[in-house]
Amino acid sequence: MAGSQWELPPELCCRPMAFVALTGLDVVYNAVHRAIWDAFCANRRADRVPISFKVLPGDHEYPKCRTKRTSYEWYIPKGILKTSWMNKHLNLVPALVVLFYELDWDDPQWKEKQSECATKVEIVRTSLQGRNTKVAVVLIQKKTPLPPGEDLVASERASALCNACDLSGKSLFVLPHTDHLVGYIIRLENAFYEHAQTYYYTEIRRVKSHKEFLNKTTHQLLFVRHQFKIAFFSELKQDTQNALKYYRTAYSLVHELRAHETNMLEIKALAGFINYKICRLCFQHNTPLDAIAQFRKHMDLCKKKIGSAELAFEHSAWMSKQFQSFGELFDEAIKLGLTAIQTQNPGFYYQQAACYSQDRKQLAQQLCQTGVSYPSADPLDTQSGGLDFYGQRSWRQGHQSIDPPDAEKEKMGILALQIKERDVPHSELIIALLSNAVAQFKKYKCPRMKSHLMVQMGEEYYHAKDYTKALKLLDYVMCDYRTERWWALLTAILSTALRCAYLMASVKDYVIYSMELLGRASTLNEEQKSRIEKNLFKVLMNEVPEAEPECDSSTVGSARSLWADRVALSGSNELTIEVQEYIPFIQCKARFQSPSFHVDQPIQLQVFLRADCPHPVSFNKLTVSLSNQEYNQWCAVESSGQESLTLVPGKTKCYNFSFVAKTEDVGKKVEMTGIEMMLGSDSGRCVFLSWRGAGGDAASAQEALQASRLSRRWGRSIETRQQPDWDSLTLQHSTMIISRVPKISVQLSHQSPALTNEMYCIRLTVQSHEEAVAKDVKLTAGLKPGQDANLGQATHVTLDDSVICDDSAPALLADVPLGDLKPGEKLERCVYVKCVSTGPRLFLFHVAYNIDTAVEGQQIICRCHKDETVTIETVVPFEVSVKFVSTKFEPLDQVVVDIPFLLMTDILSSSPWPLLLSSSSLQLLTVTSNTPQPESQLQQVVLQTGESASECFCLRCPSGTNSTNTVATGQYLITWRRKSSSSESPLIQSAVTLPHIILEQVPVYIHADLPSFGRVRESLPVRYHIENRTTLVQEVEIAVEPSDAFMFSGLKQVRLLVLPGTEQHMLYNYYPLMAGYQTLPHLNISLPRCPTSNILTLRRFLPQRIFVKPQGRQPDDASIAAA
Amino acid sequence: MAVCIAAFAKENYPLYIRSVPTQNELKFHYTVHTSLDVVEEKISAVGKSLGDQRELYLGLLYPTEDYKVYGYVTNSKVKFVIVVDSSNTSLRDNEIRSMFRKLHNSFTDVMCNPFYNPGDPIQSKAFNGIVSGMMVQTG
Repeated sequence: MAGSQWELPPELCCRPMAFVALTGLDVVYNAVHRAIWDAFCANRRADRVPISFKVLPGDHEYPKCRTKRTSYEWYIPKGILKTSWMNKHLNLVPALVVLFYELDWDDPQWKEKQSECATKVEIVRTSLQGRNTKVAVVLIQKKTPLPPGEDLVASERASALCNACDLSGKSLFVLPHTDHLVGYIIRLENAFYEHAQTYYYTEIRRVKSHKEFLNKTTHQLLFVRHQFKIAFFSELKQDTQNALKYYRTAYSLVHELRAHETNMLEIKALAGFINYKICRLCFQHNTPLDAIAQFRKHMDLCKKKIGSAELAFEHSAWMSKQFQSFGELFDEAIKLGLTAIQTQNPGFYYQQAACYSQDRKQLAQQLCQTGVSYPSADPLDTQSGGLDFYGQRSWRQGHQSIDPPDAEKEKMGILALQIKERDVPHSELIIALLSNAVAQFKKYKCPRMKSHLMVQMGEEYYHAKDYTKALKLLDYVMCDYRTERWWALLTAILSTALRCAYLMASVKDYVIYSMELLGRASTLNEEQKSRIEKNLFKVLMNEVPEAEPECDSSTVGSARSLWADRVALSGSNELTIEVQEYIPFIQCKARFQSPSFHVDQPIQLQVFLRADCPHPVSFNKLTVSLSNQEYNQWCAVESSGQESLTLVPGKTKCYNFSFVAKTEDVGKKVEMTGIEMMLGSDSGRCVFLSWRGAGGDAASAQEALQASRLSRRWGRSIETRQQPDWDSLTLQHSTMIISRVPKISVQLSHQSPALTNEMYCIRLTVQSHEEAVAKDVKLTAGLKPGQDANLGQATHVTLDDSVICDDSAPALLADVPLGDLKPGEKLERCVYVKCVSTGPRLFLFHVAYNIDTAVEGQQIICRCHKDETVTIETVVPFEVSVKFVSTKFEPLDQVVVDIPFLLMTDILSSSPWPLLLSSSSLQLLTVTSNTPQPESQLQQVVLQTGESASECFCLRCPSGTNSTNTVATGQYLITWRRKSSSSESPLIQSAVTLPHIILEQVPVYIHADLPSFGRVRESLPVRYHIENRTTLVQEVEIAVEPSDAFMFSGLKQVRLLVLPGTEQHMLYNYYPLMAGYQTLPHLNISLPRCPTSNILTLRRFLPQRIFVKPQGRQPDDASIAAA
Repeated sequence: MAVCIAAFAKENYPLYIRSVPTQNELKFHYTVHTSLDVVEEKISAVGKSLGDQRELYLGLLYPTEDYKVYGYVTNSKVKFVIVVDSSNTSLRDNEIRSMFRKLHNSFTDVMCNPFYNPGDPIQSKAFNGIVSGMMVQTG
């Protein structure tokens, strides 16, 4: 195993557990014993006591105990810690030996069995001579024991057995072989655990007791050893707090040792061990900060303890191991629930470990010279095959003086170590550590650290000559550095990658990396770039490139032959490189001259190229691919003969292409899908650089942003420059092909606003300014789509003006053919629009036609169109108000059946244009006209804005309509048109629904006949008619109240009966006394038989006032003459 | 004193990097680049809790075996990083702070230069001078 010398011993890394040996169990042939053993070792979960069990034969030989030293006075220790010690106490010297013996209390051969058991105990005791190991006996019994104290035989025989075996009562156990085996076993092992703890306690006491014999001059090593042992025993005793304390003491003692070149390795080895234990315990105690602090201290103390300069790589190896094992401890703790953070995670330790491994590799390369043969007598060979003490040299074990005892042997030993180091696979170790670190940094959100480590891994693979893996890693991270724009780092990585590509003769990779190293992102100097460019040209000529200067000379040879093979290989000399993701040395930006072109214009396209390399580059072909491939033929340029296409470094070169769009593509987008440039020639090697879209590369977006900032700052000064600034060149990767500009005029004339329901006339005038005949002219007119959906229902468009269009007319008339239009010709059309609802509407008038035209000598048929839109407001033409009044022109709430009343209508024009009212009529329901043939009073009336026209109709509700509810009365119809419209134009009929009325019945109707006026002091006859409208006889009381304005003759107070269906007359002669409007004498009417009826209703029918003219004067001649 | 001083744009690309010439320049590039991981993390952590009431000085970003890396972020998200040798224990936090403040002031002067396009690498002599004053003087 590589580097095994530096691995920590497994007995150090495991968790120490009390060691208990079980004897007397025949686990192979005895099923009962097997079951007992299985119960001990199966399912050892965390809740079971920490004991490691081992089955040993009864006569097993335990390691001999050396005779106890009575004095340390002459003792000189040979080392700090023996390599065998930890293993001895973990696996060889038990804390407790348990003897299993099958014996029931009532065994018939009790005596014999008892003595056999005693003998077996004695054998165990003898083999443990000098050790403090405890012995216990377990009797395997077939019967279930009685509760303690009840079985007298049992207690008697138990004490006898204890005596015979020289055991304390606490060390004798009974294991009934019954159903509850596991339960018994758990109780047993808890008891064993107690015994084991006592044992380790005494061991600790024993080691501690040595201390007083030691002195500080000769026994320094022993101080460390003893502290370590105490700590280790404490761990076995599961007393981790004390263990930690003793390890800490041991650690400080180790650093107090006198260090010199010969024992440096031993000190570091032990310091490393103890440090490992301390860190492990700290993590176990959930004090990770203590662990980290300890480790830092450890590293600070040991960093400078390099030891022998000739073996400096050993120190690096050791340091690396320290970091690695701490990283592993940390990682382990995290798996058990510890949380790490971005700045403190195991990754840092793995990284540092890798770093020291790299140091080790370098030192090894420096120190281990080649060509020396391994010494014949192997100085690293020991008799035992291993070392006695940790960290010592095999050729001078146990030697503790400052100078090596044998200079020659020392030299040989060092040489042997150096030769061994040469064979260590350093790169493998480094890569393993780095990949560990990468995994950690990935977990703790350190993408850049991860990339950095992957670069290191790639470099290490490069050193290990695994170029494929190296390239894979480097390629992966390159893009991160590219997007973050760290050019210096990118250049460094690219240089390594280029070397890899060279050494494995990978043409494509070689070309890609060369191109990017020549590009503007590369930080290489001109000289280097120049060299790379020359190499690149060689590859293009299908020749072998020069070796990269930093390549190892030994590898260059094989690379050359690889290249030679590659060159000799015919065919497959074409390769395409997608350069968009890189920053290649040739930059490309393309644009359409304009974001849109009319179909009758040639489409213009510019491709800008620029080379960043030190020498001019010539290329053979440049092609642009467009979304419609038919155009591609126009967008290519190829070198012909002598005239080659050359790019001069630092100069922008522009290639212009133009082509004619196809008429089918009108309204479509033409996009650049890619640009391809061919380097090299068919005779050598063709490399196609391919850009997607309109060029640009990984860095150009940011450059354009910077350039735009700059131009914003400097305003127009940049735009006025002659040479276009490369960075501020913007890409225009698509262009729209739009239809030809129409050369016709479309004019609309109309008189807005439109009136509701009218046939609104919009006059459309189309005039051609074309030089050729406009064919197939078509008109689409109407409501522009995309407005409120309700408008579509409330708008109707027609070309027919003879009748009012109905609801079936569409809102948009599509593609009305208008025929051909000769140059200069004019065409007029009227479009009629009927708007049912008010509000604004957007109307579209779209005139389209075909025309023949020529573009760059090509004849094409263009479809042109012109759109006009207009917003038209619709308003109501007039407001109609309707009211019912009585024959006295008093407003009516209710209409009395069979009594005439009046309907007054009022039309108020709100139209800005004069309206001609053609006629009006009533469509009556329920009620009838009181006049035989009512004639419209509004015929041919013209209303100006704000003027109003009124009408009056006398109506009556025929008797017999007995309804107390409201009833509909019908409609008022008005026919009208604009006064300005022609007389043939159709009339519009507007209907106004008349209000509903409430009907009423009266028992008695009273009305008066009287002249229209009176004259002072002239008789005024008034006749009152009293009609009975019921089927009963009505009694009516009438009283006339006196009035100042009138004298009168007639009945002042009267009571009369009116028979059903008849009427009575009352005649009065009024004699007016005053002129002017006079209130007639009050007529008090009451119906005693019908008290509910309202007197006021009756009074309503009667005239209240009358106009009285003054007394007439006889025409007087004298007065006339005087005038 | 510092062994490497760097300034990064808002988008994390370098505006300025200068390191002591005696050591591997590329290594410092990697060191300051990786330190951006921590800077980004710290910025996003602060952004969540305190809004704009944030301390510009980010403190020790992470210790490596050889160097200590300190960070500072201006309000416009321009970052400064100072790398100090780990063995240099005499340097106090306050001194690092004042170094950053000086850098920031000098950077502000650079930004005020009408001929400087923000986002371009810093080539100002005055800035360079300030940085030189903070760097370890070698030979």
